[in-house]
Amino acid sequence: MTRTDAWTLVVIAGLAGVSVLTRCFFFILDRSWALPAWADRALQYAPVAALAGVVAPEVVMNAGHLVPTWHDARLFAAPAGALLYYWRRSVLLTIGGGMAVYLPLHLLLGW
Amino acid sequence: MFFRRENYTHPAFKEAALNMLPLATGISAWGLMTGVAMVKSGMSVVEALAMTFLVYAGSSQLAAIPLIVAGAPVWVIWATGFCVNLRFVVFSLHLRPYMMHMPRWRRMVNGYLTADMSYAMFTRRFPKPGTTREEWREEEAFLSGNYFVTWTSWMGASVIGIVLGNLIPTSWGLGFAGVLCLVGILCSLANTPLRKLAALVAGAAAVAAYSLPLKLNIVAAIAVAVAVSFWLERRGAAVSREAA
Repeated sequence: MTRTDAWTLVVIAGLAGVSVLTRCFFFILDRSWALPAWADRALQYAPVAALAGVVAPEVVMNAGHLVPTWHDARLFAAPAGALLYYWRRSVLLTIGGGMAVYLPLHLLLGW
Repeated sequence: MFFRRENYTHPAFKEAALNMLPLATGISAWGLMTGVAMVKSGMSVVEALAMTFLVYAGSSQLAAIPLIVAGAPVWVIWATGFCVNLRFVVFSLHLRPYMMHMPRWRRMVNGYLTADMSYAMFTRRFPKPGTTREEWREEEAFLSGNYFVTWTSWMGASVIGIVLGNLIPTSWGLGFAGVLCLVGILCSLANTPLRKLAALVAGAAAVAAYSLPLKLNIVAAIAVAVAVSFWLERRGAAVSREAA
């Protein structure tokens, strides 16, 4: 079993603060205020950029390098999951279908 | 808040809870998977439980996991969580007129507990903020009943997932379900051409800049993608002006 460390708990407490801050952002202060125009526009793109920035290396990299072979279950499961999303607009189907591609390749073929 | 008597005894509480119930299966499945993904990516049970009960935001939890495992600096993890959560900032602007009649601590508890589904259902049920004391009470009771169901199904399923995940060998690779979940959320958010492009640019930049220290590749990816989108947005505006 993995050990618990204090640093991770600090990170988690901070993320809880981020949840409160973002969900209450415009009603924490009593007086009303608005974001500058550039920040308002950044709201349109920053969330997808952050998610894609986290996801892409998790799919195509291994220990800091691009995977050298296409014999990697992740390379098939992630696009399959994305296609399933566009087919039915369901995140649950993305997870279920993606894992249905991932697990046989990973457990049976060792990819 | 669902623990206040005047909320859970109000008929709107029950109405909202019943409205939310059909969605509870989906929320539970996602919570279950997030629970499994947290332990299978190398977090301890205590850490996973703390994350579930304190952070209460599936996508920012899942995005933080690989960064925590890689030992990224605290500010990079928090900044990434903040960016992933930016949609709530937009929601909070919309919710402000519904909240301002409450004292600050009640606004903040209500706000913290209002996630995507509750926000969507609440603003559909009450398209205009109330003006009388009675309407305010009904709104708060409805919102409470709504997130009562969301919170309990998410927490219950996450705890089951954490226990199950602890019993399943890591070599099965179930942690990858967390990545797939992020893929799904990413596809759902990338709903305009420019947002799709921002996602592609950010993904490529994060891979290309992977060797940057301190997981700064994520920060670089966000900066590059936002800059490219701004530039294209302006060009698009210029082109349509010329056409007109």
